[in-house]
Amino acid sequence: MTAFIIYKAIMCVGIFVLLLASAAYATLWERKFAAFLQDRKGPSRAGWGGLLQPLADGVKMFMKEEIIPNVSNRALFILGPSLFMITSVVTSAVVPWAKPVIIGGQTYDLQITDINIGVIYLLGVASIGVYGIMIGGWSSNNKFALLGAVRASSQMISYEIPMGIALIALIISSGGSLSLKEIVEGQDAGFANIVWQPLGFLIFFICALAETNRAPFDLPECETELVGGYHTEYSSMKLGLYLFAEYINMFISSAVIATLYFGGYNFPFAREIYASLGLVEGSALVSLIGFGVLLAKIFGFICLFMWIRWTLPRFRYDQLMNLGWKTLLPLSLFNLAATVVVEYFRGNIHF
Amino acid sequence: MQLTNRKVVVSNKEQSFAERLYLPAIAKGMMITASHLFKKSPTINYPDVKRPIAPVYRGQHVLKRDDNGAERCTSCGMCAVACPAEAITMTSGERKKGEEHLYREEKYAATYEIDMLRCIFCGLCEEACPKEAIFLTDKLVDAQFERKDFIYGKDKLVEKMDARIDVSKRQTPEVLAFKKIEGLKHNELFDAKKLNKGHKH
Repeated sequence: MTAFIIYKAIMCVGIFVLLLASAAYATLWERKFAAFLQDRKGPSRAGWGGLLQPLADGVKMFMKEEIIPNVSNRALFILGPSLFMITSVVTSAVVPWAKPVIIGGQTYDLQITDINIGVIYLLGVASIGVYGIMIGGWSSNNKFALLGAVRASSQMISYEIPMGIALIALIISSGGSLSLKEIVEGQDAGFANIVWQPLGFLIFFICALAETNRAPFDLPECETELVGGYHTEYSSMKLGLYLFAEYINMFISSAVIATLYFGGYNFPFAREIYASLGLVEGSALVSLIGFGVLLAKIFGFICLFMWIRWTLPRFRYDQLMNLGWKTLLPLSLFNLAATVVVEYFRGNIHF
Repeated sequence: MQLTNRKVVVSNKEQSFAERLYLPAIAKGMMITASHLFKKSPTINYPDVKRPIAPVYRGQHVLKRDDNGAERCTSCGMCAVACPAEAITMTSGERKKGEEHLYREEKYAATYEIDMLRCIFCGLCEEACPKEAIFLTDKLVDAQFERKDFIYGKDKLVEKMDARIDVSKRQTPEVLAFKKIEGLKHNELFDAKKLNKGHKH
């Protein structure tokens, strides 16, 4: 029992640190990547090639004056960013990071918890995430912040529907399990789910962009119209938490996309490569390689997120709603129907 | 009447299916930004790497001394007359006995001020100077907090003996040839008769 608690505690702390570190360096990489796309150099003064820039940003955020507006609802004003941060971190609980390791005859899953409704948990926590924005925007008692919050909530609710339907299609074609671990393991031997769900992936990816409030869906913080959107009144580290949580969200979205559609820690011919190297399943090296593969996939998706942000202009609000309700929703329903037909002929569905 | 051939007729036709899909257009745009990933950045890392400044750059002025260390300026006022921004003011003094090592000629500039906020760094003072006393250098004028600090007096303008400024690179072959014209010879005593023989305007 003690061993179990220690192992879970190590997992939690380890993943927490991984999230914070990767989000911190995602902020740097975003600036660097944007600079490369625009023929610039990006931050380069702090540390070698700018490697200490996230630290400098963090120090700056903490040193800034903390302003809480007199007219705001103080408790909710503080709750907003905290909730947003918590929900974005908590999502990582169900992501399987690598193959289980066997140490001393004991199997250790490299996942905080493998609940059998993992996908529903993801959707649930993601939709709680909007409360952080809503509460923050509403309690600021500022019209711009309120408008940003209203936009954020309606956008997130709109895009959760096609996202959910795309996930249903994915679950049908991947064998009917809601556990993320089983979905990943199902992609071990056969193809990755993207092969059977290309349209579903496209829908899920667009919705993931919208859910994480990334460009071109960053209307909640549309500075051309709304000053700063929902975080107009925020300053110091509270603002930092909002901005930081966006990068954690991006990291976890990338992890979830990689897990659901691209085989997570699996890669093509993994078994043959492991066998030729003489590695046994359950050894630490296999897990390490799998973890590296997953991180590489996550990094690729983060780059894609950034690439899109620095290429595409922001949507107008009616375009956003049109895309969500008139395009993605029918498309995801079509995808669901087509999946059912295909899976029936593949023999995975029995009536 | 057609003035240029750059006219484009705006078409308002219905979008095709591929256009309404937007995905090809998005992919095209993404490829454009991606192509910039592999381009060399034209940035110069400024404080570490400085751009080379041309030897004939027109920066902060210097009042040259001659080889013996005497000031060349004779306070004739040609520079102030030439200055289109009226940035130069000076007062003249008369050389006393025993000051020959300080001032080359009998008249010298007792004060000499250039307002760096007025100066447009055109270099006309340098061209006007008959004594090769004033030159523009490749040094940039420093930033200041106060307006009065931009008025440079002789303390800042006159060349220091221990840090002489090389202006030989400003003397291009063309300049040297120009200065060989009889009557426009610099560093010679003024002679009105010779001047008339010189360069015709």
